[in-house]
Amino acid sequence: MTGDCTFKVFRGDRSGGELREYKVPVETGMVVLDAIHWIQSHAAPDLACRWNCKAARCGSCSAEVNGRPKLMCKTRLDDFPQGEPITVRPMKAFPVLKDLVTDVSSNYAMAKKIPAFTPQPDAAWKWYQNDIDRVQEFRKCIQCFLCQDVCHVLREHNKHAVFAGPAFFVSAAALEMHPIDGLDRTPLLKEALGIGYCNITKCCTEVCPEDIHITDNAIIPLKERVVDRYYDPLLRLWRKIRRLRAGAT
Amino acid sequence: MIRTLQERGVHQGIDVFMECTVVGLLKDGDRVGGAIAYWRETGRFVIFRAKAVVLATGGYGKAWKVTSNSWEYTGDGHALAYEAGAELIDMEFFQFHPTGMIWPPGVMGILITEAVRGEGGVLTNSKGERFMWKYLPDNKRKEFAETPEESQKWVDMVVAGKQTDARRPPELSTRDNVARAIYTEVKEGRGTPHGGVWLDISFQDSDRVKKKLPSMYHQFKDLADVDITKQPMEVGPTAHYAMGGIRADPDSGASTVPGLFAAGECTGGMHGANRLGGNSLSDLVVFGRRAGMGAADFAKQNAQWPSVNEDEIQNHVHRAIAPFERSGEDPYAVHSALQDVMGKYVGIFRNERDLEEGLRQLLSVRQRIENTHVEGSVLFNPGWHLARDLENLAVCAEATCRAALLRKESRGAHSRTDFPKEDAKLAKVNMSVKKSQEGMAVSATPCPQMPDELRKLFE
Repeated sequence: MTGDCTFKVFRGDRSGGELREYKVPVETGMVVLDAIHWIQSHAAPDLACRWNCKAARCGSCSAEVNGRPKLMCKTRLDDFPQGEPITVRPMKAFPVLKDLVTDVSSNYAMAKKIPAFTPQPDAAWKWYQNDIDRVQEFRKCIQCFLCQDVCHVLREHNKHAVFAGPAFFVSAAALEMHPIDGLDRTPLLKEALGIGYCNITKCCTEVCPEDIHITDNAIIPLKERVVDRYYDPLLRLWRKIRRLRAGAT
Repeated sequence: MIRTLQERGVHQGIDVFMECTVVGLLKDGDRVGGAIAYWRETGRFVIFRAKAVVLATGGYGKAWKVTSNSWEYTGDGHALAYEAGAELIDMEFFQFHPTGMIWPPGVMGILITEAVRGEGGVLTNSKGERFMWKYLPDNKRKEFAETPEESQKWVDMVVAGKQTDARRPPELSTRDNVARAIYTEVKEGRGTPHGGVWLDISFQDSDRVKKKLPSMYHQFKDLADVDITKQPMEVGPTAHYAMGGIRADPDSGASTVPGLFAAGECTGGMHGANRLGGNSLSDLVVFGRRAGMGAADFAKQNAQWPSVNEDEIQNHVHRAIAPFERSGEDPYAVHSALQDVMGKYVGIFRNERDLEEGLRQLLSVRQRIENTHVEGSVLFNPGWHLARDLENLAVCAEATCRAALLRKESRGAHSRTDFPKEDAKLAKVNMSVKKSQEGMAVSATPCPQMPDELRKLFE
C-alpha cells in the first residue's frame, strides 16, 4: 500500500467539533497512529492524541477507526480498502476533551471502589500453576478502555456512575479468583459495580486487543457468584446434590 | 509490576496529578520550594508548594531519532535540576540497546527484549555468519561459549532451570558491545535489506517461543508480518537508557541542591558507564524508596514552608507561553533537526571532530528552539508541549556532547574511535555538568569513595 490516503479526523473539544480532512503519504506497514503523527508534524501541530509505547502495550492510543474501537498503534492501514478515506474519532463512551483525547477519569473513580488484593490472614503463599494461569489472563489487561467504549451500558445509556464496565469486571475477577486473596467482593459486584446491567452481548470480548475472554472468563463467573448468593436457592441446592453424586461415583 | 504498584497507590490515597507537566522548580534562596506546572488538558498553570521535591522523570532518548523511548523521554528532570543549580554526572554515557525493530518505518526503534537472546536467539549478518564471536573483548572471551554446541547447551540447561558448566552464548555480551558489533557489521556492508542484522529464535520449539516471548511474537506478527517462530527478525541498535543524570546521594537520593531529590533513570552514577539488563527496575525500587524517605526526612527537618517568589513564577509562565507570541519555526521540524545532529555526531561511535561539529550544530539548534512558534490554543496542544520539552532536550543533548568531548577514552557505552582504549586515570573521575554564569560548565570530578562495608565485598 503506497500513495496518499485521506484521513478524516475529529477536531474539536467539549463544545463540539467536526471531521477535518488530511492527505497523508502512506508507507508500507504504516499504522493509524503513524498517520496521526504525520498530521501533527506536517499539517496540524495542535492535533491532540494520547500515545506512548507504539507497541500495543500501554493502552493509551484508543480511538474509533472507521467506527470500530481500536488501538491506533496496532491498526494497519493495509487492513482497509485502498483509495477510501479512513475516519478517526475519539472514544464515544467518554466525554471528549480535545480532538482524540477523552476524559477517562470516571475509570479512575471506579478503580478506587474495588478493594485491592488482600491476602487471607493464614495464607500459605503457595499455589498451583492452573490457578495462576486463570488470573494471569486478567492481568494482561492494558487498561485501554476499548471494552468500556464499546459496552452499550456505558456508550448508549451512560451508566458510568452505577456500572463498572467490562474492564473493572476483569480486574475484580483477577482478585476474586486469586487463590490467596481473602476478600469477598460479591456484594460489591451486585451493588456498587452493577454487574446486573451487563446482558452478555460479548462486544467487549470482541474488541479486546489482549484477547482476554472478558465475558466468558470474567463476567459470567462473577455473575454466577452474584446469582448463587442472592437469587437462586434452588440452583444452589441442585449443585449440592450434583456434588454429592459426583462424590459417590 | 506497574499494575501492582498502581493498585497499591490508588488504595493508599496517593494523589496523582495526571497529565500535568512541570516547567520549573521554584527556589527559596538555595533551597527548592516547589514546582510550577501546567495541565495538559486546559493549559492552565498550577503551583505546587513543597518542602522537598523528588524527581523521577526518566531519561532523554528522544534526543535520537531511533529510540525505544516514548514522547515523554525529553530529559525534563535532568533540565529542571540543571536549571535549579544541581550537578549532572556521567552524561557522556548513553546506552544504545542492540536490538530494536528497524522495519517497517513506523516501528523503528521499538525494543526487542534481551530475553530473545536469553532464550537462545542468535545474531547473524547477511552472509549468515554468527558474528558475535568476533567481537568478544579478549579479557572476557573465556566467559563465553567457544562453539555453537556449547552455546546451545547453555541455553538448553538454563531454560530447563538446571546448573551447567557450559558457558553463555556470545550474543549475551554486554549491550554496548553487541550494539557496536551490529553497527560495525552494517557499516562494513554485511547488513540486512533494511540496514540491520538478523536475530533468529525460529530454531527453538515454536510453542515455547510463544509462551516465553508472547509480546515479541505478537509485536512482530501484528506490526511487521513476521512470524518469529518461523522467520528471523531484522534488528538494529536503538537509543535506550541514560546512565547519566542528576548527582544523587545513594543513601537519601539528595541532589546537590537542598530539598531536591531524585531517583531512577534521571539520576547519574548508579549504572556506571553501562547499565546491565534488568538493573533499572531494581534501581528504582530500592532508590525510589530511599529518595522518598530522604525527602520526607528533609521536609521534617526543614519544617518551615519555603517562600514563593512572584517574579520567578511570572518568568516561568512567560517562558512557557512565549512560543505562542513569537514568530519562528514549527517545533516538530526543530526536534527532527536536533535528532539528526545527535544521530550523526553523538551516536554509538564518537570522535573529537564529530563531537566538535555536533556541539556547534547543537548550539545553533538551541537558537532555533528559542524561536519556535506554535499555533492554536493552550488546550491539549502537543505542538506547544513539544516546544517546551525541546528546551529540556537541548540541555541534555549539549551536556552529553560536552561530557563526551571531555572523556578522552572508551569506556562502556562511550566509544571514542580516536581514544579506543580505557584510561585508568579516567576511571577515577565523573564528568560533571553544572550551570554557570558563562553557560554550561563541564569538569572532571573525583568519583566518590566506596564505603568500607562495600569495599570488603569486593576484596
